[in-house]
Amino acid sequence: MRVRAITLRILQQFIHDKRTMALMFIAPLLVLSLMSLVFNGDAYEPKIGVSGGAVPFTRALEAQNATVIAYKSADLGTAALQESELDALITLNGTTPEVMLEGSNPTANRAVMLALTAATRNLQSAGGEGQVQPQISYLYGAEDMKTIDRFGPIMIGVFVFFFVFLIAGVSFLRERTTGTLERLLSTPLKRWEIVLGYVCGFGIFTVFQALLISWFSIQVLGIMMAGSFGYVLLLTLLLSMSALTLGTLLSAYAANELQMIQFIPLIIVPQIFLSGLFPMDTLPLWLQRVGLATPIYYGSEALMNIMIRGKGWSAIALDVYALIGFSLLFMLLNVLALRKHRKM
Amino acid sequence: MNQGHPVIAVTHVRRAFGTKEVLKDISLQVEQAETFGILGPSGSGKTTLVKLLTGIDEVTSGQVEVLGAQMPKLSMLQQIGYMAQSDALYTELSAKENLEFFASLYGLRGGNRTRRIADVMEVVNLQEHLRKRVDQYSGGMKRRLSLAIALLHEPPLLILDEPTVGIDPVLRKSIWKELRTLNGNGTTIVLTTHVMDEAEKCDRLAMIRDGQLLAVDTPADLLRNTGAASMEEAFLYYGGARR
Ligand SMILES: Nc1ncnc2c1ncn2[C@@H]1O[C@H](COP(=O)(O)OP(=O)(O)O)[C@@H](O)[C@H]1O
Ligand SMILES: [Mg+2]
Repeated sequence: MRVRAITLRILQQFIHDKRTMALMFIAPLLVLSLMSLVFNGDAYEPKIGVSGGAVPFTRALEAQNATVIAYKSADLGTAALQESELDALITLNGTTPEVMLEGSNPTANRAVMLALTAATRNLQSAGGEGQVQPQISYLYGAEDMKTIDRFGPIMIGVFVFFFVFLIAGVSFLRERTTGTLERLLSTPLKRWEIVLGYVCGFGIFTVFQALLISWFSIQVLGIMMAGSFGYVLLLTLLLSMSALTLGTLLSAYAANELQMIQFIPLIIVPQIFLSGLFPMDTLPLWLQRVGLATPIYYGSEALMNIMIRGKGWSAIALDVYALIGFSLLFMLLNVLALRKHRKM
Repeated sequence: MNQGHPVIAVTHVRRAFGTKEVLKDISLQVEQAETFGILGPSGSGKTTLVKLLTGIDEVTSGQVEVLGAQMPKLSMLQQIGYMAQSDALYTELSAKENLEFFASLYGLRGGNRTRRIADVMEVVNLQEHLRKRVDQYSGGMKRRLSLAIALLHEPPLLILDEPTVGIDPVLRKSIWKELRTLNGNGTTIVLTTHVMDEAEKCDRLAMIRDGQLLAVDTPADLLRNTGAASMEEAFLYYGGARR
């Protein structure tokens, strides 16, 4: 009998909390759809540049579903490779093809090598030429680059974002539910002062968090690190700021800690899928566009540029500005959201 | 403060949440240096009214003036010491840290701040527990700490929402004595209560039920006018007369 009473009470609680109910049904669908889009995406088709133009070779590569772009000179091709427009550049000098892989994405590397092996085998059996061994080199990364090297920078971004989002969100929520927010608002404190206070307080905390996570990933986990540690810190810090301000903002729409946690599958998980963890090219265009509106996308793109490709300021400037923009926007919205509690 | 002007003037105030009218046409005035009680059962609208006085909340219609300024007004918050009904304390911090935090919000610094903290903790008789974490405080101790925080910046107007709930009779008596001293120094006090016999200690009393103001007068006059022997009887008289 007691069990029945408890069962009934729980059902009633669910019925009263429409949000939780909606989340139970809709969120799994959302996450599952994203996963199916990501994993059932068409097989990765490598983009290969060819300079020194040998028509049969180009044809053979295209037969392997690779996108082949011809370059007049090796320099033009190298430039495209450096901008990560290509996955590999093949230069034909005499009979030995020189292959330079972009190298930062193990999936792309594998796809290029597969297409290349198949293409040369088909050429040989058709033309009966002697054994041709392509010479392989890597622009970024290395042959022994592990998947974790690729995922590492993204995961740093994701973890920083995830924890700061949750902790900041819950502590701001607590402020509201325990009445201390109302107490704060009964003092001459201005609304923007509360928001800024949170940003500074958590800012100090996140400096240490960023330091620890970056140091641990690079020194302890041995994740590939080609660029500057200072930039890695800057990026993790900016990502924390956007997570903090988004967390406190969304906590205004949560009635308790559980509802705060419900934001994870809605706000965090989709960002992870759109962060570049998986090749974005295989996603529908509209979904790629959604990725452009998420902080983790900019954070992980910049972190990959720093850690794998060893690039400097000019490559990450746009991402830095984007993250600062997100943080400022969320802060402003926070100040406006506090109007709900005190108009002045 | 200009003599003769009421410290608080509430005129035809209504407050509705959606279609639910929680305060209905309330008008009252609070004079300087008096202790003004708002008496009513739970859910009658005391907290709602008090929040309008502090400027945290806004009226649906009507007008609230505090110290001559129309509320809500940010700069007036410095003039008000507010003690909320729920103890809004950071329980993971010590009492001292809580006091220092709120003192800083009111602009108290340095030696002045230390002195004020010592003073208010003495008033509520918590000086021995200054360094204790608030989550180790009992309910009554938390209530007293909340009161101490409201007194910190020596505001000319104190607004206390059910200040003596959970406080034992001996300490309650000493807190009332302290409130009297503050009155003597010119501080105006507005407090809410649902305890009838406590209401008798106020200089003047407003009786409120279901958002309606039943009567405003001195406790003695309320008793005399109704011929009641106790405040409870007087309350029932006014409550019944309205029906
Ligand atoms: N934010 C709100 N939204 C809707 N109803 C409210 C809100 N705040 C208070 N009320 C209602 O107003 C009435 C008076 O509440 P309150 O002022 O807290 O009473 P009291 O302090 O006298 O116990 C209650 O019926 C309560 O449900
Ligand atoms: Mg109340």
